[in-house]
Amino acid sequence: MKFFASLVSAAQSYDGNSNLPLFPPSASTISGEVDALYWFLIGVSVFFSALICALVIGFTVRFRRRPGVHPTPIEGSLPLELLWTLVPLGIAMVIFVWGVKVYFRTVRVPSNAMQIDVTGKQWMWKLQHPTGQREINDLHVPVGVPVKLRMISEDVIHSFYIPAFRIKRDVVPGRYSTTWFEATKPGEYHLFCAEYCGTKHSQMIGRVYALDPNDYQKWLAGAAASESPREAGEKLFTSLRCDTCHNAQSGARGPDLAGLWGRQVEMRSGGAVPFDADYVRESVLNPAARIVKGYEPLMPSYSGQVSEEQLLALVAYIESLAAPQGAKTKP
Amino acid sequence: MNATPNAASLRAPRDNYITTDYSWRSWLLTVDHKRIGILYLLSVTGFFFLGGLFAVLLRLELATPQGDLVQAETYNKLFTMHGLVMIFFFLVPSIPGVLGNFFVPIMIGAKDMAFPRLNLLSWYVYMIGGAVSFLAIVMGGVDTGWTFYAPYSSTYSNSNVAVTAVGVFITGFSSILTGLNILVTVHKMRAPGMTWFRMPLFVWAHYATSLIMVLGTPVLAITILLLALERLFHIGIFDPKLGGDPVLFQHLFWFYSHPAVYIMILPAMGVISELVAAFSRKRIFGYSFVAFSSLAIAVLGFLVWGHHMFLSGQSVYAGVVFSVLSFLVAIPSAVKVFNWAATLYKGSVQLSTPMMYVLGFLGLFTIGGLTGLFLACLGLDVHVHDTYFVVAHFHYIMVGGAVMAFLGGLHYWWPKMFGKMYPEALGKFSAVVVFIGFNLTFFPQFLLGYLGMPRRYHAYPDEFAVLNVLSSAGASILGIGYLLPMVYLIWSLRYGKDAVQNPWGAKGLEWEKAPTPPPTFNFESTPVVTQEAYAYADDLPADERAEVRYV
Repeated sequence: MKFFASLVSAAQSYDGNSNLPLFPPSASTISGEVDALYWFLIGVSVFFSALICALVIGFTVRFRRRPGVHPTPIEGSLPLELLWTLVPLGIAMVIFVWGVKVYFRTVRVPSNAMQIDVTGKQWMWKLQHPTGQREINDLHVPVGVPVKLRMISEDVIHSFYIPAFRIKRDVVPGRYSTTWFEATKPGEYHLFCAEYCGTKHSQMIGRVYALDPNDYQKWLAGAAASESPREAGEKLFTSLRCDTCHNAQSGARGPDLAGLWGRQVEMRSGGAVPFDADYVRESVLNPAARIVKGYEPLMPSYSGQVSEEQLLALVAYIESLAAPQGAKTKP
Repeated sequence: MNATPNAASLRAPRDNYITTDYSWRSWLLTVDHKRIGILYLLSVTGFFFLGGLFAVLLRLELATPQGDLVQAETYNKLFTMHGLVMIFFFLVPSIPGVLGNFFVPIMIGAKDMAFPRLNLLSWYVYMIGGAVSFLAIVMGGVDTGWTFYAPYSSTYSNSNVAVTAVGVFITGFSSILTGLNILVTVHKMRAPGMTWFRMPLFVWAHYATSLIMVLGTPVLAITILLLALERLFHIGIFDPKLGGDPVLFQHLFWFYSHPAVYIMILPAMGVISELVAAFSRKRIFGYSFVAFSSLAIAVLGFLVWGHHMFLSGQSVYAGVVFSVLSFLVAIPSAVKVFNWAATLYKGSVQLSTPMMYVLGFLGLFTIGGLTGLFLACLGLDVHVHDTYFVVAHFHYIMVGGAVMAFLGGLHYWWPKMFGKMYPEALGKFSAVVVFIGFNLTFFPQFLLGYLGMPRRYHAYPDEFAVLNVLSSAGASILGIGYLLPMVYLIWSLRYGKDAVQNPWGAKGLEWEKAPTPPPTFNFESTPVVTQEAYAYADDLPADERAEVRYV
């Protein structure tokens, strides 16, 4: 048992530089929880594999065919059947509940997370920081700060995967997906595309640099400045003439977007939908799909006129119009 | 009747299904289920080695981190075609097409399948589907992965997606026809006295498999048809640019393709039940639990497809439901493994070649099943999804489980099918080679997966090199392990010793009542069944016959 424990700690303290790594670096707030689950499952697997092997090999040797020795006819046993149905079932339910708990941690984004926009395309990752800095296939993040990723694909399905952080999420065309992480150890880590996306799938890789917050600020200062997504979105909102209809004047032809973010909005056709990134994106590209109650389907489609990155900027701007904190919003 | 090993018997005193007619025509137009089984044996073996050739090239490429042997495009086509050939043209038809076709009718005391002509048709449909898919390979191949995920397959891939899809579409109908035939055969063709609970578990497993084939495969056909419509006519179904939903494709695809996993493994479980009983001279422990666990797997197997999509964008709560159902479907498999192990207890266990494969199956299937729990577990799947962990897991089930069982079954029934014995020592030796080669190939892939190596990567970071070299080295051993049986089994057809009617002393109509090899209509007269399956107790002295029941 001691040997096993030291083996585990040796594996977990592994730094990622040997020629035969057996365990990935563990560098996020979630990675330890995933690893604990992994070790538990390995324990369960080793136990049951050893049990089955011992039974099968033991019986095969002990009851090998010998002249004059007859088999004993045995029909079965209800208690045994119940035992090996219910015990595995109980263990499976423990794993299930534990797995759900860890999963919910990966799904529930902390409200103070800083947001990075991710656009995947064959075969590169395009990333933009909230302060506007852009990167391709590289991602610099501060240690100790939760980072939320709002992701979309321009073409086929990709999957954003950082093994050291134990997070992965499909990046799908036509809808936003979200994940988050909080790095705990400064270092350089793999970024992979995990969903097969065509010829250069294995080249759709990059590096994640987890930096001390000070180093991150230095990096931000040194990186080529560009407009933040919110500023870019605000300019687009004017240049695309969104503001001619979406404004606060009474009798405006479109709903005023200030304060709507995160609310349930009532629909013209009945029912309500959450006013979120996907709804905003859909309303730009296919405005007639779901019209807010009290308005006519007058808006033209902007499909083909705005790129995914511009859409992310528009979403960022409209998100910034959310009702001030404290107002009643859906998380 | 026992064949006697003297010169006179070489003249085959009595007609069997092989000697009845040697013409090409008699084989290609046969409606004899046994001959159709042999046709399937030849074709699935061909596809197995074709798929194996692709695997050899994949492992050669992966022996070095750089993509240096073949180009990325070629590599992608190789893993796609490896998957397609192995799944649709080997694993799905292998045990039902060969062993099921040959033995389900004999085991229930029937002269043939319920629909002999339909049976032949399903082989032809399979071959036409295979030919069309082969055409796609010759035309340059396809690079979508066997999963055909949209919108890559429907819009972006420049390879022969449509032709391949037609091949798979056609082959699906062969599966449906075989399933239908087995269902009707089991319902209507059982010999007098062959009640449901006297049926061998091999037949139960095929019954459950056939249910899945008949209910699931049409969904695959629909999915592929929709994919072809979008690809050829740009009707928006899956591509969001055309107004479709790419996640819908995954729901449809896995609605068939997850149950398809059970199409591949349930017949294998049936084989294992037969072998465990025969080589321990005992009735299967908990017969009815093993029988009903097959049905439980068939039913629950339809409700777990969403565990392939935990990260795809389906709702979080759908993920939770699919996760708990996936844990539930693992339980009947565990029940089977425990019952097989318990059958050996106080048995008379003979470690012949088929039994060597059973031991291999039990070890590998246990590991494959347990690692399935890792993937059903939501929090852990986030990390290992789409990595080599998944590749290792399903190869433990499909190759460690299904192929081991197929080889075990083939060795067990070979004397009955061809009337010849293979060299036993060589048989045992190759079973060991397969087991070692398999573990060396696939165990390192679990480690690679947890390290984070994504699947379907043509080139990979240097730190994964050692484990990949181990895996490639193992694959070369595994390859030898698969070539050996092919060589000595073919050798045995000409030079092997003649088999007696029941070389293993096994129970079951195929051993006790059908001559070796069986005549065209299997039995000299329709057998009347008076005992349960695996009535090994009947061979015991009268005072030892009473069944022990542990209440």
